[in-house]
Amino acid sequence: MAFYLAFKEVWRNKGRFALIAAVVALITVLVLFIAALAEGLASANREYIEKLNGELLVFQANTQLSTAASRIGRSRVAELRRVEGVEAVGQVGFSTAKLVPPGGDEINVAFIGVEPGMPGEPEVFAGQQLERSRGNNVIVDEGVIVRLGVQVGDLIRLKVTRGTREEFYDLTVVGLTDRRQYFFQPAVFAPIVTWDNIRADGGQPGGELVSNIAVVKLRNPDEIERMKRRIEAEVKDVEVADKKTAWEALPGYTAQQSTLSTQQFFTFFIGVLVVGGFFQIQTLQKVAQIGMLKAIGLSNWTVGLTAFAQIIIVNALGVAVGAAGTLALTANFPVTVPIVLTGATALAAVLALLAIGPLGGIVSVVALLRIEPLRALGMAQ
Amino acid sequence: MIGLEAINVTKVYGAGATAVTAVNDVSLSVRRGEFVALVGPSGSGKTTMLAMLAGLLRPSAGQIFIAGQDIGRMSETQRTRFRGRYIGFAFQSNNLVPYLTALENVELLLRLNGKLDRNGRERARDLLVRLGLGERLHNRPNQLSGGQQQRVAIARALIHEPEVVLADEPTASLDTERAHQVVQTFAELIHEQNRAGIMVTHDLRMCKYVDRVIQMMDGKVSRVITDRREILRLAGAADELDGHPPSVNGKPALAGDPLAILQGV
Ligand SMILES: Nc1ncnc2c1ncn2[C@@H]1O[C@H](COP(=O)(O)OP(=O)(O)O)[C@@H](O)[C@H]1O
Ligand SMILES: [Mg+2]
Repeated sequence: MAFYLAFKEVWRNKGRFALIAAVVALITVLVLFIAALAEGLASANREYIEKLNGELLVFQANTQLSTAASRIGRSRVAELRRVEGVEAVGQVGFSTAKLVPPGGDEINVAFIGVEPGMPGEPEVFAGQQLERSRGNNVIVDEGVIVRLGVQVGDLIRLKVTRGTREEFYDLTVVGLTDRRQYFFQPAVFAPIVTWDNIRADGGQPGGELVSNIAVVKLRNPDEIERMKRRIEAEVKDVEVADKKTAWEALPGYTAQQSTLSTQQFFTFFIGVLVVGGFFQIQTLQKVAQIGMLKAIGLSNWTVGLTAFAQIIIVNALGVAVGAAGTLALTANFPVTVPIVLTGATALAAVLALLAIGPLGGIVSVVALLRIEPLRALGMAQ
Repeated sequence: MIGLEAINVTKVYGAGATAVTAVNDVSLSVRRGEFVALVGPSGSGKTTMLAMLAGLLRPSAGQIFIAGQDIGRMSETQRTRFRGRYIGFAFQSNNLVPYLTALENVELLLRLNGKLDRNGRERARDLLVRLGLGERLHNRPNQLSGGQQQRVAIARALIHEPEVVLADEPTASLDTERAHQVVQTFAELIHEQNRAGIMVTHDLRMCKYVDRVIQMMDGKVSRVITDRREILRLAGAADELDGHPPSVNGKPALAGDPLAILQGV
């Protein structure tokens, strides 16, 4: 009975219900876009760290997990390698450079030095890993591939500004890896010694090879907490973080994410109010009709379920249309736009959006339940 | 056979100094196949009485039996189900579900009682045809005139073969001609289908279709008119006396102001 009435009412008032479904659809698009943007920005920020083939990142002590401030020298790395339970350690250095495509605009890239064969070096999906600690071979990530259209064997030109002088380096692409953006920039990976020679403030003569951090791969990846404490106890002057802690410490990362999730929450909240308001107005307009239905014998349960079913139908319809629209839109976005709609974020957002109706509708359903059948006789108690 | 019986029913609104006794120790019964009008000046307790008879309002004291069951002892849920099964309603306005067609509105009561089978659908259709709505079965209420809407409401009140049929000012929004049509058909069907019918009305002319007039005053039954001639005189329709069948005993009607009778002058 409830579903019969719910369906008939929606069907015979298609325009009105389509309107509110459209509003829900637009809110869905907005929420999903913000979610996708949050996800896109987050991964543009943390992708490299997230995909590291190690469990722990080692920073210089008292640098607040800042990759820019931290310095880890070779001797420290040697100490790290001696810690019981450590499988491998790789030095990683971060810098920035510009890629100069032939006849195109320059592209800012993250220029990252890694130890070939050690944690920190990304796995290639085409071509080869880096082989020697020196040499002018590089691996580039998908961001670079898409922007430049490079292939294995191509030469790329890197521009570094040293002091006031611009220097150019031609490097050979030997391997391609998936998206490994770091700090919103597509990434170029070079052997650490090459990196140290090329980077703007590198190559100081005399001293040992210094990177920003070291990436540690554990023999037993389940022992993260214990190993973190052990390394900090056994190696002087270091601070150890797991990957999540490390990327959350990236400049602006947490602030940005919380801004976006606040926006998301408010959009969601507006959705609840709009849907709630719509159904509440409907309820107020239907007081006499509902009183009549209750008088002629429809139970409170039936009346409530009818309204609830309508709310669910209209809400679900709106979310479905909105989600489908968003997916269609985001699928065609260029990679340069940081919009990433992963299954998990989309699903979480969609589930939350499906709750808009029930949350907003609860007031109107309660109001419906309160209507007295006596209303049918123009009376109220 | 008794369809409805109210025994010493009282309804007091509020409490203490502001208490209003809307219905004061009223007893009445309506047999199946009998159509009764409840009349009286505004504020005399008609609507309150009807609400109690309908199981919409609990009496402060007294008992109400419908189909042999004491509705005063039922829980809210039980009464709701009871209304759907044993009572047919025609209200003054807002009778119909706006998004259902005439036929669907009538079928609603069959659906509610799990009786919407082929036979049920056929009866709903036949009843609407009988009420002159054969061309309007699939129209929604807003496409029907006021009179047509009230006729749909009458079909809705009768379709589930209730014990009791209650009507609250069913002609209030109709012009004279339509009002007569509607009540006349209503009376016919109540008699034919053997229901106990009660109609609250302020339009005394409508009384000419009923078998008994119960007049209320200050919460009490002030007068019961069963004599056919007196009913017709009250309805201001004495000249139609010959046209009216069973309970008429053939005496010429008395002339006079029907309201004078009501007011006991
Ligand atoms: N909900 C209520 N609360 C208090 N008093 C009421 C209520 N409903 C009706 N009354 C009073 O009860 C009396 C009878 O009212 P009602 O049954 O509506 O009479 P009628 O239908 O004959 O006009 C009137 O005095 C009216 O003011
Ligand atoms: Mg009244």
